[in-house]
Amino acid sequence: MSGGNLSQRRVSTTEAPWVRFTLIGVALAFVLLFLVLPLAAVFTEALRKGFGAYVEALKEPDAWSAIRLTLITAAIAVPLNLVFGVAAAWCIAKYEFRGKAFLTTLVDLPFSVSPVVAGLIYVLMFGAQGWFGPWLAAHDIKIIFAVPGIVLATVFVTFPFIARELIPLMQAQGNEEEQAAIVLGATGWQTFWYVTLPNIKWGLIYGVILCNARAMGEFGAVSVVSGHIRGQTNTMPLHVEILYNEYQSVAAFAVASLLALLALVTLVIKSVAEWRHERELAAAAELPPERPVALEILQ
Amino acid sequence: MSASIAVPSAPSAGVPSRSGNKKVLPGFNLTLGYTVLYLSLIVLIPLSALVLRTFTLSLDQFWAAIASPRVLAAYRLTFGASLAAALVNVVFGMLLAWVLVRYSFPGKKIVDALVDLPFALPTAVAGISLTALLAGNGWVGQYLEPLGIKLAFNANGVVIALIFIGLPFVVRTVQPVLEDTERELEEAAMSLGATRWQTFSRVIFPSIAPALLTGFAMAFARAIGEYGSVIFIAGNMPMVSEITPLIIIGKLEQYDYAGATAVAVVMLAISFILLLVINALQAWQRKRSGGA
Repeated sequence: MSGGNLSQRRVSTTEAPWVRFTLIGVALAFVLLFLVLPLAAVFTEALRKGFGAYVEALKEPDAWSAIRLTLITAAIAVPLNLVFGVAAAWCIAKYEFRGKAFLTTLVDLPFSVSPVVAGLIYVLMFGAQGWFGPWLAAHDIKIIFAVPGIVLATVFVTFPFIARELIPLMQAQGNEEEQAAIVLGATGWQTFWYVTLPNIKWGLIYGVILCNARAMGEFGAVSVVSGHIRGQTNTMPLHVEILYNEYQSVAAFAVASLLALLALVTLVIKSVAEWRHERELAAAAELPPERPVALEILQ
Repeated sequence: MSASIAVPSAPSAGVPSRSGNKKVLPGFNLTLGYTVLYLSLIVLIPLSALVLRTFTLSLDQFWAAIASPRVLAAYRLTFGASLAAALVNVVFGMLLAWVLVRYSFPGKKIVDALVDLPFALPTAVAGISLTALLAGNGWVGQYLEPLGIKLAFNANGVVIALIFIGLPFVVRTVQPVLEDTERELEEAAMSLGATRWQTFSRVIFPSIAPALLTGFAMAFARAIGEYGSVIFIAGNMPMVSEITPLIIIGKLEQYDYAGATAVAVVMLAISFILLLVINALQAWQRKRSGGA
């Protein structure tokens, strides 16, 4: 705040210091109470009986099988939604067609459906009393109360994450660069790999890690279709619930702490991706004539 | 990133010319086909299974399932708690967005990153952690209980869990709009003699109001369907602290598929309406910030 003229203009569009400090104080208190404290509670509760008990709780075979199932589920659900997200973003962002707005709304639909309802719809399709129930039973295929149901429910709840991230990004970037590539003789795939993908990479990373966090942490939808068979169809969040209801607090929070760590890693990657993205935009803005598209994004 | 909605999307390449439907960029049929196929398999067909299933019920059965006193109490709690939580989120979300955009203070980047914690933290973890904090013997609960304030195992707990879940929505919708507001307008208002408060309420607030409303609707919609974080802290007493999604689970556990389906259809209808409202709000917001 030095330099006469500038500082005067500054002062005119901000608040008195005491207002600023009060607002910052209230905001920080809210963050502390609602975000920091719950996060800290997970780790302190997990370590309540010492590090030995913590490690012991994580070594339990049921905990291991829950971790494995969670990893398998995410390893199937995230790539499926990644392919869908890129395809959906390509057709929605790069072309104009009838019903586009409606299609975009439908892509968003799973966000607003309650996770419990998301689980229920698959029970009604594939459960014992469902549409395909008798056929599946006759062929000895289990979907509900088994791993395929858990994967399906997870795919549903994480459905829009990557598409949602990519659509506005690709819309803002427009088509000029891709058109230029095509005119210069590139094939569609080459255009995608060498022109589009580098442009959307940070949005893509962001979408994938959010999708992954939700896939590993989904509780409601998975709990409806899982059947809670210990050691077989329990994902980590479901295992946390069982342990917690059995008053095994330390064990429950130990498994929960792994999920909380996952959340923290997700936030770190997300922030780094955002800062990188901003820096690239700022760098691109230094070269206006060559990269008009980047300028438009910045405005 | 949302600033990028400013529609420079030069659709020239993709626009089908009226005569030949020629597109310069390849892959339209492939990607659209795959999108529609995958959407149908994962989302549309299973959801229509839910709706069709309700037609196997008679109207009386359907009504009995969705309007019994216990279910009505659950709607009341779900709506009331979601509304209260979304309102709290509007106030504090607005405050957080303001502080993050306008002021600088140590640790700002960390606070900014932490705002997304409720998106990243599994709901079950949030649920047991909030319960551990607010229960009578918890870090916070032990100080409140002697004062007669109980925040866990009742409707208060539901509201608190929903505040946590909805926190990022308002911040993340208001933040980019606030970043884009033109300082010149504020300077003009100030130089014309407006007080800081008048400038805020007459100049700044109207420009962020659509975003605020969008964030509110999103937090509300998310809260209506929330399950994982709430069931741990609610205590789940029928008629008192039992949320609507839990009613569905309860019916399923008693093999009352018809009843579960009926309540689920009601919830689906509500979420569909909210989705349309949110879309309309976003379109309004885009018009406000883009055009004029």
